[in-house]
Order: sequence, then C-alpha cells, then structure tokens
Amino acid sequence: MLLIPCPYCGNRPEIEFSYGGQAHIARPPVPEELDDDAWGAFLYARDNVRGPHRERWRHLHGCARFFNLVRDTRTDRIIASYRVGTPCPRVEPL
Amino acid sequence: MQHFSILSLLRHGLRDHKGWRPQWRAAAPKPGYDAVIVGGGGHGLGAAFYLARDYGLRNVAVLEKGWIGGGNTGRNTTIIRSNYLFDKSSSLYDHAVKLWDGLSQELNYNVMYSRRGVLMLAHNVHDVQVFKRHVHANRLNGVDNEWLTAEQAKAFCPPLNISPDVRYPILGAALQRRGGTARHDAVAWGYARAADALGVDIIENCEVTGIDRDISGKVTGVQTSRGPIACGKIGVSAAGNSSVVMNMAGLRLPLESFPLQALVSEPVKPVVPCVVMSNTIHAYVSQSDKGELVIGAGTDIYTSYTQRGGLHIAQHTLEAICEIFPQFRRLRMLRNWGGIVDVTPDRSPIIARTPVPGLYVNCGWGTGGFKATPGAAQLFAHTIATDAPHALNAPFTIERFRDGYLIDEAAAAAVAH
Repeated sequence: MLLIPCPYCGNRPEIEFSYGGQAHIARPPVPEELDDDAWGAFLYARDNVRGPHRERWRHLHGCARFFNLVRDTRTDRIIASYRVGTPCPRVEPL
Repeated sequence: MQHFSILSLLRHGLRDHKGWRPQWRAAAPKPGYDAVIVGGGGHGLGAAFYLARDYGLRNVAVLEKGWIGGGNTGRNTTIIRSNYLFDKSSSLYDHAVKLWDGLSQELNYNVMYSRRGVLMLAHNVHDVQVFKRHVHANRLNGVDNEWLTAEQAKAFCPPLNISPDVRYPILGAALQRRGGTARHDAVAWGYARAADALGVDIIENCEVTGIDRDISGKVTGVQTSRGPIACGKIGVSAAGNSSVVMNMAGLRLPLESFPLQALVSEPVKPVVPCVVMSNTIHAYVSQSDKGELVIGAGTDIYTSYTQRGGLHIAQHTLEAICEIFPQFRRLRMLRNWGGIVDVTPDRSPIIARTPVPGLYVNCGWGTGGFKATPGAAQLFAHTIATDAPHALNAPFTIERFRDGYLIDEAAAAAVAH
C-alpha cells in the first residue's frame, strides 16, 4: 500500500485516495475542430510510461481535493506531489 | 525433438532418467530473421509455433527479456472460459477453448487442460438478470453456459455457502461446463519445445531496446541487449510492457498497465471441484492438482510495472472467499505475487496490424489473457504471415478506438475487473 503525500493534508494511506490516471491531458479548446484521430487519442491513448509518471489523484476520504503526483512506475516511489494549477516539478529524465 | 509417450517414459525409467535432454536449444541470436516475436510468453511462443507449422515461416526468433513463461504466463490463475457477452468476443474466446481441447496431443506435451467447469456466482437482482442475459447470448452463439439455482450450484460445488444470512447471499450461478483450468507453465514449455523443433530460435535474456525502420517507415530490425537483429516483420506480444515496446516505433496505444495479484494457500485434499468466480464481491478461486487453492485478486488502482500489488487488494479478495467458503478461514496462504496486465478502455484485446508497416501487435488482454493463449497465438500468426487479420480478430483493431466500434466487455461484466 502506498503512503501518499496529499499536498493539503500530508501523508495518508492509499485507501483514502482514488486514482485519476495520467495528468496534464488538456481537453481540446475547440472540440468541434478535432478529427477522429485526435479525438481517439485524447479519449483513449495514454503514455503508460515505465518510469516517472505524472498522474492525478483525489484525496476522496480526506480533503476531497484533486492533486498530482510524480511516481516512478518501476518502483512505485513517489518523487513529487503538487497542487493542480502549479507547474510540475522538474524530474530527472530516465 | 524427443517424443514423449508411455514407452519413452519406460525407456528412460530403465536408464534412471539420465537420458532426458533439454527440451529446446539455448539459441544465440542470428544476424537476421524473417520475423521476430517480442515476448516469450504463451502468446508469443504460440505465435512462433503456428507461424512455423501453419504458415511455413521457420526463420523466426522469439526474444524474451527474462525467461520463458516468467511473465504473466507463469503468474495467472490458469482459468479457461469463453462465456463473454458480445458475438465478437465469444467467438474469439471460444475459438481458443476449441483449440485447448486438442492442444496436449498437438504439442505432444501435457498441458493438463481440465474441463472442470466455471461457476460464476450471482448475488443480487442485477447479477441474476445479467447472467441470464449472458446465458442466452452464449446459447445463440453456440457457446455452452447454463443457469443454476443456488441449490443446483451447491450440488455442483458442495463447499459453497448458500445461506441467506450472509451480506451478499448467492441467488444463483451461471455455469460453463467446458470451462476449466490448464497448467500454465506447461503451455509455455510445450509451445517452446514444439516451436524449437520446427527451427524457431528461442532467445532468453534478450531485451528489445529499439525498433529500426527504413526511410519509408517499414521495420528493418530490432536493437536488443544482445545486439542488433535484422528482420522484415516484428510481432509484439509483450503484455504489460506493450506500451513500452510500441513506443520504440513511435506508437502510443490505448493501454494502461496495472499490477494484478494472485495467491495460493497451503495444499489440502480435493475440496473445490470447479472454478468459482464472483464478480460482485470479487472472489476467484480454483484448486490446483497439488491441492493449493489458487486465488486471483483484483488490480491495484494505479498503473505500475513493479509486479507486486498492495496487501489490501489481496485482503479484500480473501474476505469475499471466506464469506463464500467459511471453512477456508483456517487455511494459511503460502505465496502471493503480481503480474503486470495491459488493460484497454473496453477490456477487449488488440490483435492487429499497426500503422507501421511490418509491425504487428497482440496486446490489451488485461486480466484475462491466459484463457485465449492458443487462439490468440494462432490468429496473431495468421495476421503476421498474411499481413491481414483473420475474420475472428478483424474487429480487434487499434482503430476501433478512433472509429468508435468498441467491444465493451467492461460494461458487459464478463470480466471481473
């Protein structure tokens, strides 16, 4: 079980959280101009990286707020935790 | 290839079993092959076998970064069934079930396929309605599946607790009698041995690190931890690592990789005569021939490549199993482990050509790839050899996520996760 640092509440056990998948996937600003390829990629394609992964979490059974983590998917080590709207901290490349 | 039979067993027995030879060569990579399969699990080894046997493509290598069958092929709970809801899925999975029937004879290798029946429990009105719908959909597709009352389910599987006093009482069950289990390691070894006998090179400890392409974009070879290998076709069958390998060719797939766990108990005398599944409270149990209860837990909620999952996930499953089988409360669990499963948004697989010429992919089997091993391998071989899908895997493309033709087995709940 992960010990997850919520940027609002501090370290809490994983069972208090829900997972929101890859972070920083922006909804297209003008959706009606997207072709099918771009829609398919937006809805379904994911980086699914083996290494530092930027992802959304929600502290569902705590402050209920969304935030982002950078977690190494090879080890599950959490590298950084940051609030939505703040830039992602620099992470050393693989 | 040494042929296995009662006579060869006797002959070797008289010589103190000292004459057995390794079942496949420890091949070193050649400079080039006609086709290379990335991933030495059941699906990849099987694809190489069918390429060599049915499509005359014998200059083939299987590249495995670890050891044969050390990934999800050796980590699953060995369940075989085909009671999926949609026409496309049930014909795909039933094709595999039909191949399981004769597989031991075809490979001259005992994969211990046991048609012991798969019982899926219903715990609420919704389950009952959905399972009856499954039973009828399967019947129309010629796939066996039947509805049992709670009492009939208990008659088929006596240790079941059908008391109405539990939190989620058993209201009935769907039973696929042709479903069952097989020995997962034997599937990998049997395919490896049979493919090797047809000239396929099985290369272990050989991790693919890059995919080479010419100016037109067509694949020309792979870079590996054991040097470059030229090839005209690449079939990627890398399960949880499919995204990583496909990314080497610049492709981004509709996949996410999650840890999935399994665990086994101490061995006991035969007690569970079939496979028992409950999607609603998430229990998944069968008994191996050694006597261990083989238990499948759920996936973790986050993507990961660690091959281990959280303890609370296993605990959740054990709580469910203790409710269905109160007498198992005193059993000790011996081992647990995890595998990395590649999950698509519609919980159906992809067996297809890709936008990159010469590159083919068999992925997205998620939590249920083992049952499809022979079928997926054969259809993947067909797709690679003829550069076109077979009718059975034609709907299972990457482009369905662009065109909207999803095969939504996630909502159909034939999948436990």
